[in-house]
Amino acid sequence: MNYEDLRHFADSWGLLFLGMIFLTMIGWTFRPGSNRKHDEAAHMIFEEDHDDG
Amino acid sequence: MDTLLLKAGGWLAVVFIAFIAMVLAADAGFAVHMAIIALAAGITLWVTINKADYAAIGRGILKAPTDPGIYDDDPIRWGVIATIFWGIAGLTVGLIIALQLAFPVLNLNNEFTTFGRLRPLHTSAVIFAFGGNALIATSYYVVQRTCRARLAFPDLARFVFWGYQLFIVLAATGYLMGVTQSKEYAEPEWYVDLWLTIVWLCYAAVFIGTIVRRSEPHIYVANWFYLSFILTIAMLHVVNGLSMPVSLLGSKSYAAFAGVQDALTQWWYGHNAVGFFLTAGFLAMMYYFVPKQAERPVYSYRLSIIHFWSLIFLYIWAGPHHLHYTALPDWAQTLGMVFSVVLWMPSWGGMINGLMTLNGAWDKIRTDPIIRMMVLALAFYGMSTFEGPMMSIKAVNSLSHYTDWTVGHVHSGALGWNGMITFACLYYLVPRLWGKQRLYSLRMVNWHFWLATLGIVLYAASMWVAGIMQGLMWREYGDDGYLVYAFSEVVTAMLPMYLIRATGGLLYLAGAIVLVYNVWMTIAGRQRDEKPMTETPHNEALDKPIVGKPAVAPAE
Repeated sequence: MNYEDLRHFADSWGLLFLGMIFLTMIGWTFRPGSNRKHDEAAHMIFEEDHDDG
Repeated sequence: MDTLLLKAGGWLAVVFIAFIAMVLAADAGFAVHMAIIALAAGITLWVTINKADYAAIGRGILKAPTDPGIYDDDPIRWGVIATIFWGIAGLTVGLIIALQLAFPVLNLNNEFTTFGRLRPLHTSAVIFAFGGNALIATSYYVVQRTCRARLAFPDLARFVFWGYQLFIVLAATGYLMGVTQSKEYAEPEWYVDLWLTIVWLCYAAVFIGTIVRRSEPHIYVANWFYLSFILTIAMLHVVNGLSMPVSLLGSKSYAAFAGVQDALTQWWYGHNAVGFFLTAGFLAMMYYFVPKQAERPVYSYRLSIIHFWSLIFLYIWAGPHHLHYTALPDWAQTLGMVFSVVLWMPSWGGMINGLMTLNGAWDKIRTDPIIRMMVLALAFYGMSTFEGPMMSIKAVNSLSHYTDWTVGHVHSGALGWNGMITFACLYYLVPRLWGKQRLYSLRMVNWHFWLATLGIVLYAASMWVAGIMQGLMWREYGDDGYLVYAFSEVVTAMLPMYLIRATGGLLYLAGAIVLVYNVWMTIAGRQRDEKPMTETPHNEALDKPIVGKPAVAPAE
């Protein structure tokens, strides 16, 4: 593989691959039922036995 | 007994090898470094074979609670002390070099104290020593609390702390002696790089190990940011540090890359040091400590995850904007610029997420100086992540590059965002780690806040003026087609701005010294007798029922 091949791979399949992963990750946060899960996660740091060290 | 013997023998071997390397060293810098390593290994050997309980002695010196607690907090306490110590050192050197720029005589006509050698000492001390210790300490704190698990590999966690301090000492002494591979924010030479790699992998093992042992099913988002910071820094450090030493007994090495490839690798590293060390790592602090201090959950957990993935996917491409109008191919420059501009969005998403966490509790800005510091940090995170993308646009960059505008931009991020969020976290941590009811003084936090804020304002404003003036003077052509100003004239014109900048630095350092006193007294168990930050007025005269008149008469 030379420089040109790598470069073409990067701006075609590579870009598509990373773009799809990114969109999947973002889309995943909108899955049904995620609101409740996010809410629990956000409140998790306030549960009683977390704090004292 | 056998393991003790093995350990002691191992450290003794290190002492001997370092001593031999010192004797055979090809240059003085390498010899000094081997002496430092021999000394460090010797101390470790002494601690290993000596019967004394050094952990307990350490707790005594730091006045740490004797109760071991649910979580393993000793390395965090050391980390807090180290953060403050290196912070003062780094800020002081920063003030010195700011004054050197205004008064060159302060270079002292001595190779060890020239600006060129002190500048990397300043940058590394504030970024890696102050910031790095803050990141390691807070990550140990947050990962234990959010995973509800004690630190995995407690011995390794302690090794990470001491190993990292050794790295800082080797790097700092190296800069003074001129031992440098001349890569910005990656100046340490090959053997110091190798040592940092070992320490960093151990750090990753402790952090990941603790996550694996968690008793909480969900991994809180702050840990995602810490983890991305740890893994990405490992990758960046190893690739950018690839080099071939001239001799195994000398400090000099040559980079594995040459020319523009080397430049691009360096700025791929350099900008992601900003992106993953100074941004992702400190955002991890933000996502835990801001909700905790505000006593409210983060504004939108979904936004925090989107913030995370957008930052990860975009930041890694932004480096080429440091190489506009160079030998770097045009498409790569444009790529860097485009990704930098797009990066504005997740950055502001994160800032909004942090600020809106205070939604419904905005009064805390008035009553709680720690929250005030956090809000200022987030505001500067927003301002510098707006300024950065703007400066990465080629047309703007042609004016701003190589000028003091860049220096101002870096400092609005570093002093405003990294510094203030770290100070706020220190104020949060110290009473909790030392089992005190509260800080020695909240009013002193307020003093720190205003000293630092005024310092940053003077710093950023003077560097905007200096940088834009400098850029305009450099590019000013006369009717005859010649440059109007000599370089020396531009330097002379900047003296007033340099003085204002040094004043700003002095104020910022003064704020940090107030922090030292406050933390010192808190650890000593003192509480300052002071007026509270806010008082709800109470009117005795009105605080009684209305007598003599019947309550509202019921309708017929």
